[in-house]
Amino acid sequence: MDFLPRLPLADWIDAFVDWLKNADFLFDTLTGLIDAIIESLAATIGFLPSWILIVLISALTFWFAGRKTGLTFFVFLGLFLIDNMGYWEDMVLTLAIVISASLISVVVGVPFGIWMAKNDIVENIIKPVLDFMQTMPAFVYLIPAVAFFGIGEVPGVVASVIFAMPPTIRLTNLGIRQVSTEAIEAADAFGSTASQKLFKVQLPMAKVTIMAGINQTIMLALSMVVIASMIGAGGLGTAVYYAVGRNDAGGGFEAGFAIVILAIILDRLTQSLSKDK
Amino acid sequence: MAKLKVDGLTKVFGKKPKKALELLEQNKSKDDILRETGNTVGVNRASFSVEDGEIFVIMGLSGSGKSTLVRLLNRLINPTSGNVWVDGEDLSTMDDKTLREARRKKMSMVFQKFGLFPFRTVLSNVEYGLEVQGEDREERRQKAFNALELVGLKGYENMYPDELSGGMQQRVGLARALANDPDILLMDEAFSALDPLIRKDMQDELLDLQTKMKKTIVFITHDLDEALRIGDRITIMKDGAIVQIGTPEEILTNPENEYVEKFVEDVDRSKVFTVENVMSRAESVNMDKEGPRVALQRMRDAKISSIYVTNRDRKLKGIIHADDVSRLVKEGKDNIKEIIQTDVPTAAKDTVLRDIMNLLTYTNVPVAVVEEGKLKGVVVRGTVIAALSGSEVEQDGLPS
Repeated sequence: MDFLPRLPLADWIDAFVDWLKNADFLFDTLTGLIDAIIESLAATIGFLPSWILIVLISALTFWFAGRKTGLTFFVFLGLFLIDNMGYWEDMVLTLAIVISASLISVVVGVPFGIWMAKNDIVENIIKPVLDFMQTMPAFVYLIPAVAFFGIGEVPGVVASVIFAMPPTIRLTNLGIRQVSTEAIEAADAFGSTASQKLFKVQLPMAKVTIMAGINQTIMLALSMVVIASMIGAGGLGTAVYYAVGRNDAGGGFEAGFAIVILAIILDRLTQSLSKDK
Repeated sequence: MAKLKVDGLTKVFGKKPKKALELLEQNKSKDDILRETGNTVGVNRASFSVEDGEIFVIMGLSGSGKSTLVRLLNRLINPTSGNVWVDGEDLSTMDDKTLREARRKKMSMVFQKFGLFPFRTVLSNVEYGLEVQGEDREERRQKAFNALELVGLKGYENMYPDELSGGMQQRVGLARALANDPDILLMDEAFSALDPLIRKDMQDELLDLQTKMKKTIVFITHDLDEALRIGDRITIMKDGAIVQIGTPEEILTNPENEYVEKFVEDVDRSKVFTVENVMSRAESVNMDKEGPRVALQRMRDAKISSIYVTNRDRKLKGIIHADDVSRLVKEGKDNIKEIIQTDVPTAAKDTVLRDIMNLLTYTNVPVAVVEEGKLKGVVVRGTVIAALSGSEVEQDGLPS
């Protein structure tokens, strides 16, 4: 196959990325916005002393997650362990990054999912894009993210959003499409407008599925935390990243445990939110 | 003016509806059209009108297009051609906003699998129609309460649909449809998902409600017994087209073609036919002016051995038997009053045949049909048997 010249795909993409840099002002605005979200979240979570927050989150878990004492106990112990290991500050920053990325994913993803559900052509266009977003190695996103958003937490959040948003879009689409024909017919037969049908019937009936998507989005965002630390996003990921560099198994596992604990707490909390009627 | 009028209503599913319509005009069959165009004919030029306060049943087997037809009536499915008039307004040309208004005010629908919203309570399900109309919270709550009471679900307001049995869920569906107070109820196989006993209860209840409410009901079913039980008129559909429209009696006694005939073959006619369908003219004597000789003559002419006796106002007084009359004549007495037997079998006009079977078994005189005490006719065993066996019932009571 040597007679064919090599396709300069890489050059094209570079050219495209360079061209996109013309929209500097847009990326600056976005950077400012995302940075503000992360900062305010981190400030809010970090405002309270750790022990108050530990008790608060444990109590919330007890109330919202079906009054399971086992889970509440685990949450309390887990958070206590994180604090005890000295990762509290890192955990707060990680949490802020994960929540920011998830919030943006939901705010952007749910409307896209709705649009997809209402229009077959849109679905056919977006589906392969989502496949692309999810299967492209997450590291790759870091490169343009740095180009557009510099280094630090903001490009980390952007890369997380790209990587973590697909499940929310997919499952919103799926959830709405799965609403039974009769319920849709009933909504129409009683003279609902399109938005009444969406907000009073389709979204509530799709809620459990959409929440499953959001849950996955949060988990994926958390998994991006370590990767994003490579471009300077702080938090627990950085601790892991440093430990790798120093071949420090103990420190790596400590920070890793903190991430696992955080993951379990976030997972159980969002799952229980989707279950209640 | 008809409440609901349908004219040439046609639905073709597929990509080449124009071509399919042309073929329909040429009276090509559904199968031919599917082969030639790949399109499915859902409903084929249906025309009928439903009067105010009528229960109009559309019945057919699955695939006959009945569910499509009912969805064309409120445009859940848009017709390919033809018109639907509701109160004289053409639904098929309405814009979205007018159509929505019509759906909110004029017609409600009840679904086969109930179509309830699982995340809403019973009360809030029933409120839905009023809620989307933007009705005041208190007012719609009150109306929903009333509708629930009407269908016998008082006290279940705060439960969720999945906590109720099928029959109760469909009552919620019915209450939701009634809460809007529409003129027209579209019921798509509303009772088909229920088990037989509950289904019968619901049918009775619907008939009960109907006597109070006088709605115009279009009822879809695949169950002929159900159709005969509740329908004022019945439409039979096959392959998307209407085969016959008529009252239950007309459908049973005069099936339009072999298809309908096969359909009605297994019906329990004794539950459908009434005394009025099989009664024949009664021979009688007027005790106030006619004597035993006239009575005897009349019995001889009609070749019967007993005859009913009435007074001047045709009020039924009893029966006399031929041998008693002869004895009276021999004894030279003139007044038949002394041999009248007052213990006679009677039935009202609207009694179904099943309910007089017992009577027919134990009596050897014809059953007298009585209305407000007056003798209207008689029912003899032979006519009843003929009617039940499906032979046509003639005016003189003899099978043709």
